[in-house]
Amino acid sequence: MTTLIDAPPSDADGLLPATKKSSGGGLGQYILIRFLLIFPTIFILVTMVFFLMRITGDPITVAMGGRLPADQLQERIQAAGYDRPILVQYFEYLGQLATGNFGRTLTDNRAVVEMLTTYGSATLELSINALLVALLVGIPLGLVAAHRRDKAADAVLRVFAILCYATPVFFAGMLLKLTFSVWLGWLPVAGRAKTPSELALTSLEAPTGIYWLDALRSGNMAALGDVLAHAVLPAVALGLLTAGIFLRLVRTNVIGTLGRDYVEAGRSRGVSEYRLVTKHAYKPALIPIITVMGLQIAVMLGGAVLTEITFEWKGLGFQLANYLTARDFVAVQGIVVLLAIIVALTNFIVDIIAALIDPRVRY
Amino acid sequence: MSIPAVPVPMESPRAPWYRRLPVISHFNKSVGLQRGMLVAGLVLTGAFVLTALLAPLLAPYGFSQLSDDDGSFPTQQAPGGKHLLGTTVSGYDVLSRVIWGAQTAILVIVVAVAMSIVVGVVLGLVSGYIGGWLDRILVVIADAVYAFPSLLVAIVMAIVISGGQSSLVGGIFAAGTAITLVFIPQYFRVIRAETVRLKAEPFVESAKVVGASNIRIMSRHIYRNATRTLPLIFTLNASEAILTLAGLGFLGFGIEPSSAAEWGFDLNKALADTTSGIWWTGLFPGMAIVLTVLGLTLVGESINDLNDPRLRGRKSTGGSSPAPVDTAAIATEVRAS
Repeated sequence: MTTLIDAPPSDADGLLPATKKSSGGGLGQYILIRFLLIFPTIFILVTMVFFLMRITGDPITVAMGGRLPADQLQERIQAAGYDRPILVQYFEYLGQLATGNFGRTLTDNRAVVEMLTTYGSATLELSINALLVALLVGIPLGLVAAHRRDKAADAVLRVFAILCYATPVFFAGMLLKLTFSVWLGWLPVAGRAKTPSELALTSLEAPTGIYWLDALRSGNMAALGDVLAHAVLPAVALGLLTAGIFLRLVRTNVIGTLGRDYVEAGRSRGVSEYRLVTKHAYKPALIPIITVMGLQIAVMLGGAVLTEITFEWKGLGFQLANYLTARDFVAVQGIVVLLAIIVALTNFIVDIIAALIDPRVRY
Repeated sequence: MSIPAVPVPMESPRAPWYRRLPVISHFNKSVGLQRGMLVAGLVLTGAFVLTALLAPLLAPYGFSQLSDDDGSFPTQQAPGGKHLLGTTVSGYDVLSRVIWGAQTAILVIVVAVAMSIVVGVVLGLVSGYIGGWLDRILVVIADAVYAFPSLLVAIVMAIVISGGQSSLVGGIFAAGTAITLVFIPQYFRVIRAETVRLKAEPFVESAKVVGASNIRIMSRHIYRNATRTLPLIFTLNASEAILTLAGLGFLGFGIEPSSAAEWGFDLNKALADTTSGIWWTGLFPGMAIVLTVLGLTLVGESINDLNDPRLRGRKSTGGSSPAPVDTAAIATEVRAS
């Protein structure tokens, strides 16, 4: 991440043809406008999800129908206010969301907010781990592919990138599990940690919920090792999905910058090929990655849902699957809305970072 | 003599892509890799389509068959003997379900891609051509849906349409429609951007001067020009449709095993088997997904490369024409969703 942010703006100048000068309005204005754009995005998604989910009927009938007698069902529907006009319910829901109230789950009667904070940290940890794997695998291999363009190594890496994309994350997870956990017995089969370390970590004061961070902070090395052993396979399964995209992106962009005049100038002055690729062509090629990383957050969250189920990683995706099976659509709606907010916020942050690095973005 | 032979077939834009295939043999050795990728993709895709079409002949048993004349199938039997790829925990024949699964997959692709192309292209044309507030609203909505994890959109749609479970026809339409909603913004964005660009072209103005109606301009002049990138998006979307269908199936939103075979659903059932070392129930449906998506993607990328004069030029001349940043960006953008 730091190398991305450190990329000097001047390096990027060769990437695009010269654009017009920004017509007034600096970074501050851009950030403000971009920030205000978050709200319509979230609003549209919340509205869509709300009305789509209600087409199926009121949540209580969907969840409890057939299990409760009709009069009790009616009573609960009335108590929850689902018999009122849909528009009234919609505006009430918007008002609740604005004050941070996501309602209570139907099946286990928990506050949705509490459920989201409990399991959200697990999903965050998985996403961070996977992003690390994706960057560590994708960027170096992309550089190699660009350097060896159209040679055997490039061909192999291109097919590898497509394979990464073509393999459903749950199938990759299943194969990893089968190989490294069941046959070789090197790594644990599922879960986030063994019970003792899980207990030690959750009983900490003010835990972040990100296990390896908590283990580091408390200096519990045994737990750290345990947590990392559990984290490897899910991170690799989810990370490879994105690594292929990073690989392609780095390759294309480095090839683009390798053909530029300043690289040629460097070469004519005797700069080594290795240095040309890793220093001259590499940094400007990273800028598009930041933008794509924003889009990748959405892909990762979708993949995280499936990865969590595969590895019984108790995060939002795992819970989402449980609530889907139980037909608890209040909880499902809460998770989906939270993910919408996360996606909108990360896209905002990514755009700001891109604007900080490359002034031409601030139109 | 050999010089004019190379460009001629490639320059004919009206020939469908399969007519242009023989051209590959004209390529010199420097495109060997590209040719290899295209051929590999075509072979895999062809195998997939053939398997889907000939499923009734190829599959030794029905997809929901649990017994034959010799009695019930054994459960979780290892590959070999009567059941070439083994049987599942419920006693289904794995090979048969993998073969029948191709049929389900192809039906969903056809439904999903056809619906999203129609809706996305029409919306994109209208939005880009008319502009104004309609355009702005549609763009904001499309961007919002586009930014959202496609699997979650598909889940919400699957809940809406089927409430989860369904029969073969209902299930295919549910999955297809769920995937459609994910894809519409992609077609919409591409077509709209092209339309906005084409609207300013002189030939549109000329058409207006001659008195062509807006509908005619949209359907004749702009449509023909704006849809050139569609084959690429189509193949990429076909592969994504399979992945989304598998994801839905894995989440339990698939089609009931008694009404059709679905790879993602089988993988979901196989998940519990892995811990006890039973690999055949998951490996084969998974391989079917990987190979199909791999084949479609290889074809899509090769079409993309061959359609791009800069890429093709560079390869045949070995010269220093600019890198294919734009097309790769489209591909990345499409798949990144």
